[in-house]
Amino acid sequence: MSFFGHFSYWATVFILMTGLYIVIARGNLVKKLVGLGIFQTSVYLLYVAPGKLIGGTAPIVGEGFTVYSNPLPHVLILTAIVVGVATLALGLALVVRIREAYGTVEEDELLEADAKDD
Amino acid sequence: MLSQHFPILLVVVPLIASPVIVMARSGFLGWVASLAASAAAFAMSVALLVATTESGAISYAIGSWPPPWGIEYRVDAANALVALLVSAIALVVLPYARRSVSAEIGQERLYLFYALLMLCLAGLLGIAVTGDAFNLFVFLEISSLATYVLIALGRNRRALTAAYQYLILGTIGATLYVTGVGLLYLATGTLNLADMAARLADVPDKRPLVAGLAFITAGVGLKLALFPLHAWLPNAYAYAPSAVSAFLAATATKVAVYVLMRVYFSVYGVDAVFRDMPLGPVLAVLSVAALFIASAAAIVQKDLKRLLAYSSVAQIGYITLGISLGSAPGLTAAVAHLVNHGITKGALFLLAGAIALRAGGTGFDRVAGLGRTMPLTAFAFVLGGLSLIGVPGTAGFASKWALVAAAIGAGHWWIAAAVLLSSLLAVAYVWKFVECAYFRGPPGDAPDPGEAPADMTIPAFALTAAVIAAGLFAWPVLEASARAAEALMGAPR
Repeated sequence: MSFFGHFSYWATVFILMTGLYIVIARGNLVKKLVGLGIFQTSVYLLYVAPGKLIGGTAPIVGEGFTVYSNPLPHVLILTAIVVGVATLALGLALVVRIREAYGTVEEDELLEADAKDD
Repeated sequence: MLSQHFPILLVVVPLIASPVIVMARSGFLGWVASLAASAAAFAMSVALLVATTESGAISYAIGSWPPPWGIEYRVDAANALVALLVSAIALVVLPYARRSVSAEIGQERLYLFYALLMLCLAGLLGIAVTGDAFNLFVFLEISSLATYVLIALGRNRRALTAAYQYLILGTIGATLYVTGVGLLYLATGTLNLADMAARLADVPDKRPLVAGLAFITAGVGLKLALFPLHAWLPNAYAYAPSAVSAFLAATATKVAVYVLMRVYFSVYGVDAVFRDMPLGPVLAVLSVAALFIASAAAIVQKDLKRLLAYSSVAQIGYITLGISLGSAPGLTAAVAHLVNHGITKGALFLLAGAIALRAGGTGFDRVAGLGRTMPLTAFAFVLGGLSLIGVPGTAGFASKWALVAAAIGAGHWWIAAAVLLSSLLAVAYVWKFVECAYFRGPPGDAPDPGEAPADMTIPAFALTAAVIAAGLFAWPVLEASARAAEALMGAPR
């Protein structure tokens, strides 16, 4: 076990932190959404990886099927992927509207424009 | 019997109403349909609350798949109360919304507004009634996605950036929640909350459970605007259309608080959260920080809706403070304040919307002289403000009293002192409105002075009357909260 036994978890943590860092560090609204997408991907891995057993089959009751992979996490993550796609689409639509209203998608320029309004 | 299917119909009726409204493509029909759906949801929540009071928790197996294999909807005294709050607020906001929203949103987009409001309602009610951790995440995202769009419909262009900011933080919150659920699922092999609670004790390695609790606390904390994770809330409430502010302020954060209570008290159990882990002091310190810092921030705001938004962060602090006590009286106070603050803040945001319509904005320069131009609205606003402070005879007093009593009962004198001292800050921000409305002359260019039309004022005054009624006759809410606390703490264990 140890490092290689937990390899998928290390990968999950790495992807999670990468995505979160991009969301925080980037000022461009589109790049933030890219970071958000990466952040969400880490959860997909967290669920899907333990669902796979080496040599496992589909869960069939019958002769010769002894080890099976749990299909439930995959189904759950299909739902989560759909949610992620919807969020990304809505986020991009908001960015388009922000660009129309402000003429920029850079966070610091947006803050400047808001400060000028006050 | 139709009443057997109320737990699922509560969610399905608004969920079906939404696409029907989109297909009808008519603002008026959309309004009628959403009013009918909300009334149905309200009637069903009342029936469910009565049924849970009489005969305990109701379990509903979706598609007749028995739990824990199928998705279970489980309604007990706690979530029936939350569902009742959500559907009651929807029913009050909708008659108000017709004029308020058509003044703030273009006519051709009106039907989309009602469709989104129904989606949001379905999501919030779904979070309340579901007994499945992953199903809860899906409803959380349904309500959140609808919420982002509703906020972006505001007139000011800052509504767009507020919605974007909420989308980023809300998605991070939901993803953290689902990560925590994933860890719990890997440890227990179940997603059913009651089943999960029963299996947690048998998990040999406790570390994934601790990590899961941390992820869920941070994720749900973002959704409920737990200080210091509240950054999205002030702008979102301030720039959303008035009806949306009122609906969200009274329901969205409250439902998230309910999720936190469910996870802490029903799934993990009091001992695991408050004895084995130091979450009590952590939550108490954050809550007390919210009471003082958010209340102080409210005092310096230049806009009435932003003031109310910061006040919401502070009031949520009282609720989480009740949770942090980790006891039945503390939880009772938290549930009572959840309900009482929901109706108080709903009433105040409805009144703020009436002010926005007549005075042309909610900046304090527009509010000046309101005591003369809109005397009834200003008076009702002061009554709501008294409830924020916690003056006897208002809803806010009953639940704050319960909170102080619970804190003293547990020997935490400093918490009781913090509640009382922070109420003085609430006096300061409510006085700011009083001073502006009653002791300053109205601005010369107010577009249309006088009270708002009756279809807006009647819902707003009705909710204000409910605030006073819940203050004068506090026992029904407190008793329902005590039953809810009992259900939360004792249910599946």
